[in-house]
Formats: sequence, structure tokens, C-alpha cells
Amino acid sequence: MRRLIELFAIFTAFLLQTTLFQHMSFAGIVPNMMIIVTCVCGLMSGKNDGMMTGFICGLLMDIFYGDILGFNALVFLYIGYVNGSVNRLFYPDDIKLPLIFISLSDLSYLFITYLLRFVLRARFNIGYYFLNVMLPELVYTFVITLILYLPISRISLKLGGFERESE
Amino acid sequence: MARVKIKRRRVSIPPKATLAILTALSILLMILSFTTDLIPNILGNIAGYTFQPFKEGLTDVSTYIGGRAEDMRKVQEVLSENSALKAQVDELSQKNDMLIEDRFELIELRELFELNEEYSGYDKIGARIIGKDPGNWYSVFIIDKGKNDGIKDGMNVIAGSGLVGIVTKTGDTWAQVRSIIDDDSNVSGRMLNTSDNLIVYGSLESMENGTIEFGQLSDPDDEVNVGDKIVTSNISDRYLPGIAIGFISSIKKDPNNLTKSGTLTPSVDFEHIDIVLVITQMKEEPGLP
Repeated sequence: MRRLIELFAIFTAFLLQTTLFQHMSFAGIVPNMMIIVTCVCGLMSGKNDGMMTGFICGLLMDIFYGDILGFNALVFLYIGYVNGSVNRLFYPDDIKLPLIFISLSDLSYLFITYLLRFVLRARFNIGYYFLNVMLPELVYTFVITLILYLPISRISLKLGGFERESE
Repeated sequence: MARVKIKRRRVSIPPKATLAILTALSILLMILSFTTDLIPNILGNIAGYTFQPFKEGLTDVSTYIGGRAEDMRKVQEVLSENSALKAQVDELSQKNDMLIEDRFELIELRELFELNEEYSGYDKIGARIIGKDPGNWYSVFIIDKGKNDGIKDGMNVIAGSGLVGIVTKTGDTWAQVRSIIDDDSNVSGRMLNTSDNLIVYGSLESMENGTIEFGQLSDPDDEVNVGDKIVTSNISDRYLPGIAIGFISSIKKDPNNLTKSGTLTPSVDFEHIDIVLVITQMKEEPGLP
């Protein structure tokens, strides 16, 4: 059942991200729903679920929009793993931990993309990319998390989506 | 809080093992995507058939909602405008005659305009954009036609009269298009007036001002000016010759004193495209399979 909910969440997030959210962009920047889904799954249900969710999210992005299959999958896999490993500190009603970890995850995803896909092509103007791509996405993702987190966590709690990872 | 039951899973794979397996799988996929097209094609088709209907539906719904809201607002305007418009009809029908005359003149001029003639002859397929790149780094989009409609990798995509990009990946029912404003994109171009060759680079950095960059233009006699038109070059191995790319908006000499670089405004309004044309004729190069 939990797996089904997670699959549904990935499916919905990906669809919204590539269609509706593109119409809601501010100055061409869209929030990163895929990071939110991966982090929330990892935090709520532990490493295994976090990894699976991250891997599928990343793979979907690679299949449709990437040019190297497996690049995003790998990055998201590790994001899911890291978020899964703080599962034991997580309480569904506490919004601080998800906010911190979603922001950190998004920031590290953006930096890895920048380092591996832009710096290697001699685009060194990090100040520009930080101010115009990374920071807006980070803030937008933060705000979306703030709005969507409580409803989502309530619903998935009702459906049995929360699980403390066993040792 | 009290209602939260802490379940323990009976059998579970150790997370470290999953991590190792999935890491290996991703790296394997990366290697495979560099060496063969098979796995990406299979995965692409599975995912394509799953997501396609929903994507199209959602795009329709967004457009429909937008359209209805517009309709409601417009009914009021239309009623008041109706009487004013009737008066204009007489005036306009007179003007119309003049315009028909102009139109014949335009057709004549078009025939003279060598560029347009060159690519109105290509066979094209219309396609709708149904999804855009989820991140903020790239300008890649998905169209609703694929292999089943005869789309192949490397086909040129235009909108209106300007170059939009190139097909970089195809599924049975969808195709990925990398636009010329994408940071990864390079197009070999040519000045329409002086026939000098240059390279057009997509750039995330200058896209903010609605421009992209060009470079490696050799123009020793300073013949190229702001406003001059750039078209695709005939020495490009991926783009058909003579498709409009844009107009030069700024130009400066490179530090090496030999070549020039600058920015250009694309002919296509990339913010607002939703229908594109895929040219089914491909550039054929001797020696390429």
C-alpha cells in the first residue's frame, strides 16, 4: 500500500512538474517537485523507500529530458539515501526537519548539476548561476514545501505512509 | 501522535545493498546510453506510453481552463463591441480590396525572397509541445509526435519562420527537442548579407535579456552590423541550410583581433511557442550512416 502511494506521488509530481508548474513559473524558474517527493519519502519511510523513489524520479527525468541516462537517477538515489538516514529523527508534525533537508538536498542537487554539467564546459561565472538559477529555485522550492508539506504529511499519515526504520 | 503505529518490516533488504545495486545500475545505464541506443529506447517507450495520455490531458485542461475564463470575460466586451464593429464593416470592406491588391504584391515579393522559397519546399509535420524540462538549467521540451509519425533523431524543428532546435531523442509517440537557446546547443550559422560563417551558442546567462550568443565570425572589413540576419549555414552537418536563426543585437571584436562575437535575438519567441513544425527532410552527409 505504501509503495503504491509513493508511486502515485512520483507520477503526480512528475506530471505536474512538466505541465502545470511550467505555466506557474516566476521569471522562468520552477520549483523542484521531484526533490520534495524524494525527500519526503526518505524522511517518512527510511533509506530503502527514499532510494527507490529517488531512483525512479531521476530516471524519469533522464528518460524524457536528460541526455545521459542515469545521471539524475544517481544523484537522486543518494539524496534519497541521505534523507532516509535521518528517518529516525523525523516526526510527521515537525516541519523544520523536512524544510532543512529539502533545501539542503535541492542545493546539493543544483551544485552537483552545475559542477558536472556546466563547469566542465568552462561556464565559470558561478555568481551569476547562483543568483539567477540556484537561489530562485531554492526559495521557490522552500515556499512550496511550506505550503504543501502539512497537507501531504496528514494524508499520507492517514494512509499509513509513515514508517520508522528498524535497525 | 498516539495513533501513529510504529511498524516493523518482517523481511527487508539492507539499505546499503540497495544503494550499491542501484548505484551500479545507474552507472551501467550511463555507460549504456553512451554506447548503445537500445536500453534508452526501451525505457523511453515504456515511460512514453504511461505518461503521454496524462500529459496531453493536463495540457488540454490547462488550456481549457484558461480558455473558459477568457470566454466569460469576453462575452461582455463582445456585446458592446458588436455595434461599433458593424460600423467598421463598411469601412473595412473597402480597405479589404486594397489589401487583396497588396497581397498579390506580397506573393511576388516572396518569390523574389530566395530564403523563403528555400524552405517552404521542405516537407513538415506539425507537432504540439506537451511538456517542458523539469529543471531550470536546460531548455529542452517534449513534442507529441514520435517514431510512429516518422520523426527521427536529427530532424530540424522550426516555428513560424525561425529555427527552434533539433530532435535529440525519439520514442514511439514522443520526441525530445533541444532548442537553440539551450546552454548545450551549438549551431553553425551564416550571415545572410556577407555569407560569413559563425557559430551560434545557446546561453543560459544571456537568455535573461532574450538573446543568445555567437562567436568565431571573421569580418575583417566590418561589414556586419547590428540588425543583420543570421541563417543556418550550408556547411552544418545537422541543420538544413538557410533557416532563419535571428538578428544580431550586439557585436564586438574578440581579444585575438581576428574574429568577432556578440549576441543575437532569436527569430522565434521561445516564451510563447506551443506548436512547432518538424522538417522531415534531413541533411544528408556523405560518409554518415
